[in-house]
Amino acid sequence: MQCLLLGNEAVAFGARDAGVTVASAYPGTPSTEITETIAKFDEVYSEWAPNEKVAVETAIGASFAGARAICAMKHVGLNVAADPLFTVSYTGVNGGLCIVVADDPGMHSSQNEQDSRFYARSAHILMLEPSDSQECYDFTRLAFELSERFDTPVLLRLTTRVAHARSVVALREKEQYLLKDYKKDMAKYVMVPANAIARHVVVEKRDALLREYAETAPLNRVERGQGKACVVSSGISYQYVKEAFPDADVLKLGVVYPLPEELLKDFAAQAKKLIVAEELEPYIETHCRAIGIETLGKARLTLQGELTPAMLRERFADILPAGEAPQAVSAVTAEPAPPRPPALCAGCPHRGAFYVLGKLKLHVMGDIGCYTLGAMPPSSAIDACVCMGASIGMVHGMDKARGAQFAAKTVAVLGDSTFIHSGITGLIDIVYNKGVSTVIILDNSITGMTGHQQNPATGITIKGEKTRQIDLKKLCEAVGVERVRVCDPFDLKDFEKVVLEETAAAEPSVIIAQRPCILLKGVRRAAPCYIDREKCKKCMSCLRLGCPAIVRKPEGPSINESMCVGCGLCARLCAFGAICGRGE
Amino acid sequence: MEPINIMIVGVGGQGTLLASRVIGAAAVSSKLDCKVSEVHGMSQRGGSVVTYCRVGGRIFSPLVEKGHADVLLCFERLEALRWSGFLRRGGLLILNDERIDPMPVIAGAQSYPGGIIEALQAGGAQVTAIDAAAIADECGDRRAANTVLLGVLASKGIAGIARETWEEAVCGIVPAKALEINKKAFQKGYERGSGQ
Ligand SMILES: Cc1ncc(C[n+]2csc(CCOP(=O)(O)OP(=O)(O)O)c2C)c(N)n1
Repeated sequence: MQCLLLGNEAVAFGARDAGVTVASAYPGTPSTEITETIAKFDEVYSEWAPNEKVAVETAIGASFAGARAICAMKHVGLNVAADPLFTVSYTGVNGGLCIVVADDPGMHSSQNEQDSRFYARSAHILMLEPSDSQECYDFTRLAFELSERFDTPVLLRLTTRVAHARSVVALREKEQYLLKDYKKDMAKYVMVPANAIARHVVVEKRDALLREYAETAPLNRVERGQGKACVVSSGISYQYVKEAFPDADVLKLGVVYPLPEELLKDFAAQAKKLIVAEELEPYIETHCRAIGIETLGKARLTLQGELTPAMLRERFADILPAGEAPQAVSAVTAEPAPPRPPALCAGCPHRGAFYVLGKLKLHVMGDIGCYTLGAMPPSSAIDACVCMGASIGMVHGMDKARGAQFAAKTVAVLGDSTFIHSGITGLIDIVYNKGVSTVIILDNSITGMTGHQQNPATGITIKGEKTRQIDLKKLCEAVGVERVRVCDPFDLKDFEKVVLEETAAAEPSVIIAQRPCILLKGVRRAAPCYIDREKCKKCMSCLRLGCPAIVRKPEGPSINESMCVGCGLCARLCAFGAICGRGE
Repeated sequence: MEPINIMIVGVGGQGTLLASRVIGAAAVSSKLDCKVSEVHGMSQRGGSVVTYCRVGGRIFSPLVEKGHADVLLCFERLEALRWSGFLRRGGLLILNDERIDPMPVIAGAQSYPGGIIEALQAGGAQVTAIDAAAIADECGDRRAANTVLLGVLASKGIAGIARETWEEAVCGIVPAKALEINKKAFQKGYERGSGQ
């Protein structure tokens, strides 16, 4: 059957057709659709785990139990899961285990652009890298075979342009996979020093076998062109190379750890200089140089962002003369095109919170989620954002560094999913170490940023089934926070009062700002608000909300009816009662 | 044949992804190679979004390069301006003539440029501008604006894909309860595009 699939969907189909029966993951762009697609398959148990570390551990357990298991995450998720990753390399697997990691060169939706290939190298784990959806499907299926054949977890590396591109896939017949027997095997699975020392030897032997495999694996192939230049590439960069240099000889690598030595040397022998085309770090290039191959690569390309065929043509024009660039439309207007950064949606519950935090001029330790957009003008209400869960550790560190007075002007802000992912441990730190910080959990009843995934605080599973719902208030109280307040961020007066009280309190406190994401099904939208011109004093306060539905017109602020969802926040804010709407 | 390069640009939340899925489905049922590169995540929150579609021939890169787009399907005027440099001279620019103010304009820091359509024409684009939302409204639902635009696109004979194939693709992808409205919307768009 031929179908047009996202790279991520193709991975999901590949997993299903390889007989995977357990999938655990935490969402993260650009990896999320893998697990969302798997969740549609009845024959696979799937779940959203609270974070990537737990997801990988769940997949490891399933593998030890004899099932084929998969786990997908974004590149920074692998940092969270790095601990089990390095040691499951030692234990190896029982049922095949595939860990998918999606890198994001260009940072379309990420806070950094780390290169996951180094994880494979340092953990000695076989890594495959597909370059289109067909390969996503094929490599995923193969990953499970190789995992069992070499007794290793397998990393499958995607990048945004592979994960989020659709291309044609031919699906093959599904494999009937039976659970492997489970045998207690302490020497293999109990990683205490005595056993781990022995397993490290096994890892080294396995590495040698994998290197041998990489020399002849059909995933690594030479495509002969007209010998005008020799290029090594993998993943999406390979597609750009083919686009830019149709006549070049190309060594396409599908196995990116371990890298072959003989194959590269043979290929390079025909070229005066070998071009290495790869995004992010010079991973392949450094390997080539280490084995004595002269290369042209990062000296001409870049460590940052994505490659493009145009960049390749331009930077290697002396070796592969490019044809003429086509003539493009060039439209010029009197004013330049203003940028269009993302913004909180009209009706977003986070807007109320950020309005108040901005107004109070607090130091806000931010976190990762839709609410990171609170950093954008006009509210510009975030001081720092590092990684998921970091807001709480940071607010605590600030308190300890600058003392109670500063702490009274400082808060941490994070979402419900982020709090459960890695905020709770930070909160325990505050309680345990006599901190006095205030933590605001923006509970919009969903994991918003990544496109609406359920999480333990929503009480619904990935399959849409009801489950026990984590009670955030009780959770915070259970770790020892005595001041836990629940309030509505759209009740601006009350929210402000609560924030002032809790920041002033000389003990740990948590404010749970509860209001569901406006995009959730079943969240009521009202008729659009409108502005009463008679009453409007054109003070422009409403524009400071940064709502995309309120625009500046010559006659004063005006509400875009097709965008307004009637949340009524602006009506509550207006001191002159000039904004009307039924609100709710 | 060389691939036909189509770019769909707009504002996050406008339904550009549905349009690209229709293009993909029409290509596949016409037995043409096809790659579609989508944007998910952050910029969907009201940011500038772009989808690249390549149809026919042998396709490697899923992206369209500057100056290589044959068609720019634009859901919003300012976005048409922003991405116009991707369109080759003489290329087709299908525009939903709608204005959505971006945050810097809302905040009063910058203004929304005037004279965009004229600038696009003077810059070498072949512009078809329509009020797709109004046409969709006539068909029964403003939200079918993207289907109107697809109708215009289909009328331009893209990669030799037949009208029926486009229609089937639309029907296969829009929600069943909105089928009749979308059929009408497609037809209206098709008529507008072919100057009927
Ligand atoms: C370690 C890690 N995993 C996943 C992500 C992707 N990610 C960014 S924000 C987010 C969740 C945000 O959900 P929530 O905290 O509920 O806030 P909301 O977006 O709903 O406001 C996720 C999963 C990430 N940035 N880092």
